[in-house]
Amino acid sequence: MSIAELLDGKRVCVCGGSGGVGKTTTSAAIALGMAARGAKVAVVTIDPARRLANALGLEELQNDPRRVEPERLAATGLEVEGELWAMMLDPKRTFDELIERIAPDAARAEEIKANRVYRELSTAVSGSQEFTAVAKLYDLNREGEFDLLVLDTPPSRNALDFLDAPGRLTSFLEGGALKAFMRPTGLGMRVLGRGAAPVLAGLRRVTGIDLLADLSTFFQLLGDMTEDFSRRAAQVETMLHASTTAFVLVTSAQPGRIDEAIWFRRTLEQGGLPFAGVVVNLVHHDMLGDREPEDLAAALGSELGPELAELVARNFDDYHLLARRDERNIARLATELDSRPLLLVPHFDDDVHDIAGLMQVHRYLFATQAERGRMIADVVA
Amino acid sequence: MSKLLDRRLIFVTGKGGVGKSTVAIALGLLAVRRGMRTIVAELASQDRVQRTFEQDGEPFKEVELAPDLFAISIDPQHAMEEYLRIKTGAVGHLLASSRLFHAFAMATPGMRELLSIGKVWELAQLERQTRGAAPYDLVVVDAPATGHGVGILRTPRTFADIAMVGPIARQGRKIATTIADPEFTGVIAVTTPEEMPVNETLTLRDALAQEQLPLDAVIVNACYPRRFDDGALPKLDDALRRTESPLARAALRAALSEHARTAAQREQLARLSDGLELDPAELPFLFAEQLGLAELGLLADALEAELA
Repeated sequence: MSIAELLDGKRVCVCGGSGGVGKTTTSAAIALGMAARGAKVAVVTIDPARRLANALGLEELQNDPRRVEPERLAATGLEVEGELWAMMLDPKRTFDELIERIAPDAARAEEIKANRVYRELSTAVSGSQEFTAVAKLYDLNREGEFDLLVLDTPPSRNALDFLDAPGRLTSFLEGGALKAFMRPTGLGMRVLGRGAAPVLAGLRRVTGIDLLADLSTFFQLLGDMTEDFSRRAAQVETMLHASTTAFVLVTSAQPGRIDEAIWFRRTLEQGGLPFAGVVVNLVHHDMLGDREPEDLAAALGSELGPELAELVARNFDDYHLLARRDERNIARLATELDSRPLLLVPHFDDDVHDIAGLMQVHRYLFATQAERGRMIADVVA
Repeated sequence: MSKLLDRRLIFVTGKGGVGKSTVAIALGLLAVRRGMRTIVAELASQDRVQRTFEQDGEPFKEVELAPDLFAISIDPQHAMEEYLRIKTGAVGHLLASSRLFHAFAMATPGMRELLSIGKVWELAQLERQTRGAAPYDLVVVDAPATGHGVGILRTPRTFADIAMVGPIARQGRKIATTIADPEFTGVIAVTTPEEMPVNETLTLRDALAQEQLPLDAVIVNACYPRRFDDGALPKLDDALRRTESPLARAALRAALSEHARTAAQREQLARLSDGLELDPAELPFLFAEQLGLAELGLLADALEAELA
């Protein structure tokens, strides 16, 4: 199975995974490949490597996708029938625009944007990247200008952060229990009953009055807008759960990463999110096969001299250990995935953060099973 | 290094996937070898995956991994309950058991970070506030990935500024002062010799400077051994052309790959040294199935040699 088959009929592709596994390059390669096959595709990325960003013409943070000029794509050697668009997300601006859109008038939007709690929320707080990335994805999807949207999820230690963070922020914006504190004369107080008063007093004592005042102002400013946040959050959930959405997990074959991939898939399926498959990057393919690891150093000695031959042999041992490790881990993942697609991309010799790297990844992702097998056989033969 | 280990609190940060936790533990091992009672503190519920796979011991408690080497996973919620009980007497107890208060506190921007760093601060105090807890000579913090890592260092000051009065403001100020004290607190960046992590390390250095915090050391993890110099290259190429044996061919290909990857790493290392204007410490790539205690010991050896 190739990634093209996997994404057939999909409108949204979310590439999840933790840092350092080539997620951005993979997302860009997926978008490029689908564009080559005739689709109008936008890839939304957060922090691409500079060379890759330059190659795609992403010189600055933007708030809307821009078309990657066909001349730039010529460098890939691919015939691109569709269109490739790309954007480097600016979380702060995306957040601001969201407020501007939802606010009843411009004055209110300005007040909110000047509020200290909001400023903190839209920049410093962990989760703002995830929140705005999903918000952007939702808007682009609703506008419907693209056949396919590919989201490179924000870099994080843990692939699952992406699933939790937007909800945390939304529940803060929705206020919920908090609003009750802020307006003690409102309905909330009645619902909370008598226990709320001492809690409120304690809250003041612990947090300091000014923080409370800021929060109170913030929620007053948000007012009815919180309902819009809730409605949007529900619609975002619908989009993420849709059968036209595909979650692709990008990982490497290191033991910890494979554990994470297994856990990620389970969490997606428990949450009813459409898990499509796994891309395993940086795979060390077995070059020894079923050959006997005979005395390499001796065999190469006459050609290379004993010292260099010894180094080559030791290097091969080390490489082979990684290949065996990867093989075992991938087998473990395959068992867990049942028959879900597992696409392997080798560990390339050169850095993959440019167009050439993009093309290397692209070749493997869009190859059929048989083609991929032949390419790997070429590498290891 | 001896100077680094004179601190009581060391933050280890870096881009996700560079081996931050591994380096934090290796640093902890090294400190223990020097006779220091050490704890490695992991922040936030970021270790959820590991917890799920090897759930052993009670979460969020100090556990002894090896003699004098402790570990703790810090969870903001748990830290808050603890803080309220210690700090605020009867009101604290009331708040700790209030679900509404939890909802409020956990949703307040930056509160999770403040609570986590508050717990770290508590661990680093000679007079522990946790009842019956012995002091540590060194606290190594396995901090979140760099972007958030700087955020977490900045949080106490932000809170002190926002809240202005009350226990949180006081606490925030106290912690901020501790973090700003270079005798007490050190910051280490871990990276790998690859484009993105190197970029992030350079950005981190600038971000720290903006907060008036120094970057005490940069550790480059997973450096390949330099087995093949450029002189070996033509010999390997020649041999590859001539050899009939598929096995020899595979081995020669692997050697050429290794040379190319090492060269790419060298390039990134040079870029890092130029950008930092200092020579970062290098840790070897470990060809191992899993990183166990033996491998961590090797890394501690390497750290000792590199940072001596």
